[in-house]
Amino acid sequence: MYAIKTEGLTKIYKDLTAVDNLNLAIEQGELFALLGVNGAGKTTTIKMLTCLTKPNHGDALINGNSIITDTNKVKNIIGVSPQETAVAPNLSVKENLELMCGIHGFNKEKRLSKIKELSNQFDLSAILNKRAGKLSGGWQRRLSIAMALISEPQILFLDEPTLGLDVLARSDLWDTIRALKGKITITLTTHYMEEAEILSDRIGIMKDGKLLALGTADEIKISAGKEKFEDAFVAIVTEAVKL
Amino acid sequence: MRFLIFSSRTAKEILRDTLNLFFGLGFPLVLIVLLTAIQSNIPVPMFELDHLTPGITVFGLSFMTLFSAVLISKDRESALLQRLYTTPLTSSDFIFAYALPLLPIGIAQCVICYIAAIFIGLEPQITILYAVLFAIPVALFYIFLGLICGSVLTVKQVSGICGALLTNLSAWLSGIWFDVELVGGTFKTIANALPFIHAVELERAVFSGNYAGIFPHIWWVAGYTVIAIIAAVFLFLRQMKKQ
Repeated sequence: MYAIKTEGLTKIYKDLTAVDNLNLAIEQGELFALLGVNGAGKTTTIKMLTCLTKPNHGDALINGNSIITDTNKVKNIIGVSPQETAVAPNLSVKENLELMCGIHGFNKEKRLSKIKELSNQFDLSAILNKRAGKLSGGWQRRLSIAMALISEPQILFLDEPTLGLDVLARSDLWDTIRALKGKITITLTTHYMEEAEILSDRIGIMKDGKLLALGTADEIKISAGKEKFEDAFVAIVTEAVKL
Repeated sequence: MRFLIFSSRTAKEILRDTLNLFFGLGFPLVLIVLLTAIQSNIPVPMFELDHLTPGITVFGLSFMTLFSAVLISKDRESALLQRLYTTPLTSSDFIFAYALPLLPIGIAQCVICYIAAIFIGLEPQITILYAVLFAIPVALFYIFLGLICGSVLTVKQVSGICGALLTNLSAWLSGIWFDVELVGGTFKTIANALPFIHAVELERAVFSGNYAGIFPHIWWVAGYTVIAIIAAVFLFLRQMKKQ
């Protein structure tokens, strides 16, 4: 069974087709990147896959559960780290983690062990009592991903996880994402070509709501006849504009 | 009871904000002390403690709108709400979790105002307890008005509309500082069509033990509270769908 399978997924806002007939299959344990410039439809795709917005046409199955008819089942098996940091600023790091544990109905024992586990995994132990709003962007993003992992999701969605971070914070976060690779299915959106190429097993390139290319970074380079991934991306997107 | 977990977060976010504490609690207390000092030098029946205090408690409750509206609009803008919409929390969990923690805060604010008034000369009486109880529908009106504003306005708009406009409307059109009858005309008509003056008159009637005097004011307050609750639920659900 695929972790994610979309069938003709389409989202239309008034006269704008944000996502146009998206057909995609993502394997279990895969790290899949949706790459595209602003307005390509990446975030709208994530919003549909995480049941935040309903598609106008088509459906998607998340571990076999429909995003239209099985939303509660889907919500129980996914974790989401939105584009913005999405932490409670006046709560401490520990309280933010506790909040997510509580929302997912963990008992005290599980809550404590989960917080310990994630604090170690994300190096949060030293800042557990700091207010989340006082942390740097990189640490807030790290906390945000840890919060998304509280529920032990089978599929993790990261929407532009390194947007706005400096080079060092981005590199740190890449290490964090790499450490998760293989343990869980990850779908991330990004407009950084380097990020998609370095981190992902496969990449889907989107433009104006359409999926223009799909494959590994090498496959995409070969199909575009370019040596560099960035050149391949530009060639694919430019070609689509001409058409 | 997942909403209790999120309620606790709402309370922490509000109580840890020092500006909230200053405006919500400090400002009404300053007004009681200041106006009582004026009254002791230039006697004005309007500013006698048994007339002034019930009005100030109502004015203080107007800050509940600001608290809830700011919190919700911030949660919307920071995408914390977007993250939480992908969890098993239901729409009623959200509405209760935003509204209910503010009720004890509002009641505590009324109690503190009366205690402060007693310290500077208000005669302690059982009707204070009744006045606090009758402040509950008033508090609910302001809290759900905050849910309305938080659901449709940005953080910046909330600061202007709830922070400046509403508190001023609530102050000028409530008959706390001057007798609206003296102004008369359109001003009086507008004031009487809005709930603020009725909330103050209701509290004054209860505090003075004039139970016949609570009518028709209680109907105005109850009516506006019901409308605010219905509108808040509708608009909150609408912004949830928009996510």
